[in-house]
Amino acid sequence: MYAQMVKSEATNEDPEKLAAFQARIDAGEKIEPKEWMPEGYRKTLIRQIGQHAHSEIVGQLPEGNWITRAPTLERKAILLAKVQDEAGHGLYLYCAAETLGVSRDELTEALLSGKMKYSSIFNYPTLNWADIGAVGWLVDGAAIMNQVPLQRTSFGPYSRAMIRICKEESFHQRQGYDIMMKMAQGTPEQKAMAQDALNRFWYPSLMMFGPSDKDSVHSAQSMAWKIKINTNDELRQKFVDQTVPQAEYLGLTIPDPDLRWNEEKGGYDFSEPDWSEFFEVIKGNGPCNAERMEARQKAWDDGAWFREGLMAHAAKRAARKIAAE
Amino acid sequence: MEAVVDLDAALFEGLCRLGDSTLVLGHRVSEWCGHAPVLEEDIALANMALDLIGQTQLWLGLAGEVEGKGRDADALAFRRDVWEFRNLLLVERPNGDFGQTLMRQFLFDAWHQPMLKALEGSNDARIAEIAAKAGREVAYHLERSADLVIRLGDGTEESHKRMQTALDKLWPYTGEMLTSDETDRALAEAGIMAAPDSIRPTWESLVGEVLDEATLTAPEGAYLHKGGKQGTHSEHLGHMLATMQWLQRAYPDATW
Repeated sequence: MYAQMVKSEATNEDPEKLAAFQARIDAGEKIEPKEWMPEGYRKTLIRQIGQHAHSEIVGQLPEGNWITRAPTLERKAILLAKVQDEAGHGLYLYCAAETLGVSRDELTEALLSGKMKYSSIFNYPTLNWADIGAVGWLVDGAAIMNQVPLQRTSFGPYSRAMIRICKEESFHQRQGYDIMMKMAQGTPEQKAMAQDALNRFWYPSLMMFGPSDKDSVHSAQSMAWKIKINTNDELRQKFVDQTVPQAEYLGLTIPDPDLRWNEEKGGYDFSEPDWSEFFEVIKGNGPCNAERMEARQKAWDDGAWFREGLMAHAAKRAARKIAAE
Repeated sequence: MEAVVDLDAALFEGLCRLGDSTLVLGHRVSEWCGHAPVLEEDIALANMALDLIGQTQLWLGLAGEVEGKGRDADALAFRRDVWEFRNLLLVERPNGDFGQTLMRQFLFDAWHQPMLKALEGSNDARIAEIAAKAGREVAYHLERSADLVIRLGDGTEESHKRMQTALDKLWPYTGEMLTSDETDRALAEAGIMAAPDSIRPTWESLVGEVLDEATLTAPEGAYLHKGGKQGTHSEHLGHMLATMQWLQRAYPDATW
């Protein structure tokens, strides 16, 4: 889940139109780009889809950090395929956002100027090879928790993008878990790497769902519009319940001394992440915020001549074609 | 009298030349991951790196089989030192700007595609089969790199200048892929592999056409470096291997 704390926009439109719109959503209809939609719905979706797209793009960096050090040809190939999928997800999502009237370049500029965010998780470093396993297992696992329900989101292009993305994400999660298995069953050093990765990625993964939103007005609006399907707390609980037995199977310890099964609620009780750390990361003070943004800025700046060259050539070709006619 | 070339040893050598070149280029291309000038290029580069690494698995896997000492593709990729690598010097050139990465790709693809085509005719069915599979992927690599070289060569003044600079820098490394040595000749005579100098006419006409359309000029009379195929590399390869082989070297008892 790569959208956190997406503020929904207020809408001041004709109440009759709004009611008719809400009725369509309640009836489970999909809203398509050319149809009428409240301005708030459109803007909230741009923010959410844009943030998700940016997360896919920035998310290439922590994994790309290990492509050149992947320990076997097979692992290198799998990781390349995964990172390529993520760039592809970014592309579908930017296209979905474009149907709402915002261009990819505008979204990129908003990312680079800091006006738009990407998921906090990608501001954490990948320090040992097991981190690549942990990213697949925990980070993609958390993403899937959020994205599976979003396949039913009300906006047609977003829903269709999610259906495609979810298929690939479950493969990503499996490859991550497969790395963790190898590491957890490997030499003592490998096992130590696996535990270290889990220790560092556990709480940041819980933060991916965002702070509790049970009293948030924004969330209520987004849920009514089916832009958001579950609350952050529901998804976090589901994630913990799914992940704890997986960690046990690996023989790894979740770094939470207060974690225990609660028979009554049929789920685990667990410690909240340090939300002050989360807000610092969102503000730009995470361990890798500066590097991630520098890398994206550099790619954009260094690529300017390339993009301009292609545009100039296309213009020349068009002119030659006209001249020849 | 000339030493008699041991065909199995020559074949091992020839397969390492192919597999090491795809490995080293695949690695270089993968260094771009997340840093390309547009999203479509991030996708294309990852895709090409993926193809090249896949081809490496096949070539080096076969090399290990031919060698018969129990080394698999990973052992060859991650446990040999610089002087045992047989890749072309061209592919170990650092990425430079995107223009240099692209020009390196084009100069290589323009050799790789006809070479694979020729290898499809190998009398060793294993080689013919790998060449046919790789050839389908590489036809697409060449189409893409040639197209982009043309667009950028004939784009803006700056893109033209960058592509010309890239060509000038890389041209001196194009000699060895078109020159046959004793090993190449032995393999060609046995009908196992195509001799690199037999690829030269196709390469020259392909490169000539693309550079013309791209309004770029190949440097004349440039000195041509050699040595990669025989294991004498530039300083760059050692750094690449230090990164690439680090985990395998640091934890030799681990499986991954």
